[in-house]
Amino acid sequence: MVNLKINGNLIHVPEDMTVLEAATLAGVTIPTLCDHPDLHPYGGCRLCVVDVKGYRTPMASCTLAVSEDMEVNTHSPEIEKSRKIILELFMSNYHDDGYENGQKQKTQFMHWVDHYGLDVKASMSTKPQYPVNSDANPFVFVDLNKCIQCTRCVRACTDIQGRFVWSMAERGIDTHPVAGANTDMLDARCESCGACVAYCPTGALDNKMSMGAGVPDKVVMTTCTYCGVGCQFELNIKANKIIRVTSTEKAPVNGNHLCVKGRYGYDFVHHPERISKPRVRRYLLEGKKKPVVSEQLTMNMGQWDWVETDWETALDITSQKILDIKSQFGANRIGVLTSAKCTNEENYLMNKLARQAIGTNNIDHCARL
Amino acid sequence: MSNSMDDVAKEAKAFFIIGSNTTEQHPVFGAMLRQAVRQRGAKLVVADPRKIDITEFATLHLRHRPGTDIALLNGLMYIILEKKWENQSFIDERTENFDEFKATVMNYPPQLVSKTTNIPVEQLYEAAEIIAKNSPMAVLWAMGITQHIVGVRNVMDLANLQMLLGNIGKAGGGVNPLRGQNNVQGACDMGGLPNVYTAYQPVTSDEVHDKFEKAWGATSNTKVGLTVTEMVPGILDGRTHALYILGEDPVMSDPDTKHIRHCFEEIDFLVLQEIFPSETAAYADMLLPGVTFAEKDGTFTNTERRVQMVRKAIPTQGDARDDWWITCQIAKRILAGSSERVRSDAPYSGWEYASPSDIMSEINALTPSYGGITHARIEAGERLQWPCPSADHPGTPILHTKQFTRGKGKFMPIEHVPPAERPDNDYPMLLSTGRVLYHWHGGQMTRRAKGLMEIYGEALIEVNPDDAEKLGLNGKNIVRVTSRRGFIEAQAWVTDRVPPGMVYANFHFPNASANELTHASLDPVAKIPEYKIVAVKVELA
Repeated sequence: MVNLKINGNLIHVPEDMTVLEAATLAGVTIPTLCDHPDLHPYGGCRLCVVDVKGYRTPMASCTLAVSEDMEVNTHSPEIEKSRKIILELFMSNYHDDGYENGQKQKTQFMHWVDHYGLDVKASMSTKPQYPVNSDANPFVFVDLNKCIQCTRCVRACTDIQGRFVWSMAERGIDTHPVAGANTDMLDARCESCGACVAYCPTGALDNKMSMGAGVPDKVVMTTCTYCGVGCQFELNIKANKIIRVTSTEKAPVNGNHLCVKGRYGYDFVHHPERISKPRVRRYLLEGKKKPVVSEQLTMNMGQWDWVETDWETALDITSQKILDIKSQFGANRIGVLTSAKCTNEENYLMNKLARQAIGTNNIDHCARL
Repeated sequence: MSNSMDDVAKEAKAFFIIGSNTTEQHPVFGAMLRQAVRQRGAKLVVADPRKIDITEFATLHLRHRPGTDIALLNGLMYIILEKKWENQSFIDERTENFDEFKATVMNYPPQLVSKTTNIPVEQLYEAAEIIAKNSPMAVLWAMGITQHIVGVRNVMDLANLQMLLGNIGKAGGGVNPLRGQNNVQGACDMGGLPNVYTAYQPVTSDEVHDKFEKAWGATSNTKVGLTVTEMVPGILDGRTHALYILGEDPVMSDPDTKHIRHCFEEIDFLVLQEIFPSETAAYADMLLPGVTFAEKDGTFTNTERRVQMVRKAIPTQGDARDDWWITCQIAKRILAGSSERVRSDAPYSGWEYASPSDIMSEINALTPSYGGITHARIEAGERLQWPCPSADHPGTPILHTKQFTRGKGKFMPIEHVPPAERPDNDYPMLLSTGRVLYHWHGGQMTRRAKGLMEIYGEALIEVNPDDAEKLGLNGKNIVRVTSRRGFIEAQAWVTDRVPPGMVYANFHFPNASANELTHASLDPVAKIPEYKIVAVKVELA
């Protein structure tokens, strides 16, 4: 353990910590942009600079290791002034075209711009340097005019997804992220996991499906419907519609990371082909004999027509047919396929239905398929 | 999984992935493995006939001949024994039947195994050294191991390997099948299987039968029921007259689609509870609208036995109903029509539930490993993995730490068995099937997700460049792949992901589904079809 003073308060922290981590532990918020706890430190944005007694210049706290008897001042007037200048420099090269973004709240960059009292319109660059929406990826919206070269996208792709799509190109004022050898993202083998969007602090990378969708009425943490990893995420809901999925460090398995289906594969929920009412074949409603299905499929007419019906009718016919078949052929001539997509509670009931209500062990699901 | 993704990703010194396309099928876990290799230098051996994406991160890729997993594993264990790299104290203290197992493994010397598997002898030695000398080592697999007529034997041989090396019951080790569906683990845990009630209580046990008879007031008999791969074909021979299907799509996911369609045409009554009019819906007599994950409360159990909340975020769409409500309604009506069946004084005979949490209370009472897993505990932030037998039990992240469920781990002598259908003169190439990153299973959800369709909008068949040249494929051509069951036509993706002589197709698109080609040769125990090895011929369409 190491003893150091942050803003006059003595604290004890493990020796492998950075000053930024120690300050966070002590409840002191140091403004950051390029830093993220999930990513390897970069020390590029300089917003997290602090005064350290005995050092000639302010130091980036995100890359500075703690040491014994260190005395740190995180919010001296000079440091605060220097942070404001850093933000002004970022703003002088930042251009917001005025569109509504795909974020659920103010970006981290805009938070600090507001915090340090900068006027966005007055301080930003008057014209864009890059085309807006410059990549064809169906999920990731790219607007490099909002990029502050923090490289969080580069590190998210490298450290988290392990795909190496992004890197930084050019020098000086022209420095900007490029996908692959300056191609588009999918050509650069992007898997559209959206990690670069999730870690981008400025909205330079954004959720294309959510552009203009606005602020959610509520967010609901739930578990993904696709694979067995069990990622959790927040469904952002507005007017009873999913407007985006956001990842969160609170998710036990996946933290901030998701895959393309988890983050962007949600629009099927609102697809117009959803079955909205029970449907029954006409022959059942009319109490007729089942037609020969192989002859019906091509024509789809008459007794094999779908008819929408109410729940009472649908449930009565269903259970009566099951009872009829049971009394005619026995319970073991009925099969139940439960669902690996449904909940434990629903699967339990299907198991109870098969065994208790019908009386058969003919129950299975797609575990084998 | 015997272990958790977190301990495997953080603490394994080496990974052995065999039959899992991890980065495409379990992408977030795949990303964790990439991080482990890149950031802390974990070793990775991948055994897969295809050059799947994770092989880019592999220390060594064993590209063995499909259907030779047992020969490969026995060959690796032969070398481990030859070099004396086995964990003798684990074998002595925790296992039995070692000698019989060893006698079998001794029939698999490297030269012979190299011939069977097509892996050079040096690579066998290199692989054995990596997996034996880096401890703990975690074995990871999925359907590439199980979807064979020797699926059960394959799994047993992997268990042999981990017992031989003592990689059981410790962080970073274990036998780790990656479960495919979001809640396939839970569906199994909840008794959605023909041979077991919840928590794998066998239907054949009189004691278990009495337990459920008392709890529910009635139950089925003590005979194992039919699996899905028996129920559907059973329509034609009179074993099945009616099916109640919840959220499954056999026309897309079951082997030999033409035959499946024919079966469904002949069924007396098919009720399907679904969110979309799936390919199976065409054969349904009744279609009951259920809801998506976003519209329901309850729990899913992930591949590491972790039970997590699913929370209702939007109202039920249209006039659909909660799936649990529909099942209750059908059960109540069936029981009303056979009133003498159930003893109504049994504590859990009824079907009145106020909420999914209420259903979970009944599960707690009847399911030993879920005894302490309540919605209230999960909502309070507890992270619970079964077994969790009581309300004060913290859950079990790693299984078999002190002993196996049966006491001592039993080594099983496993012999190589050739696949059911092998390439011949009429069908000279080999097809393997699976899924791709951008789609999900039968595709009902992902084919209705616009962006996913923009990236992957039609079926692609992976064809090796050598075969493409022989076929006269030039750029983007349509190929016809024919098996003894049927044929499909789709775009070829010319790529060295597949070795010469092999093609790979998915079952996401109804107009070119791999299951038109697959066959229903089943593992005799697990009744799982051999999807990974199908004899086909490939032509220009």
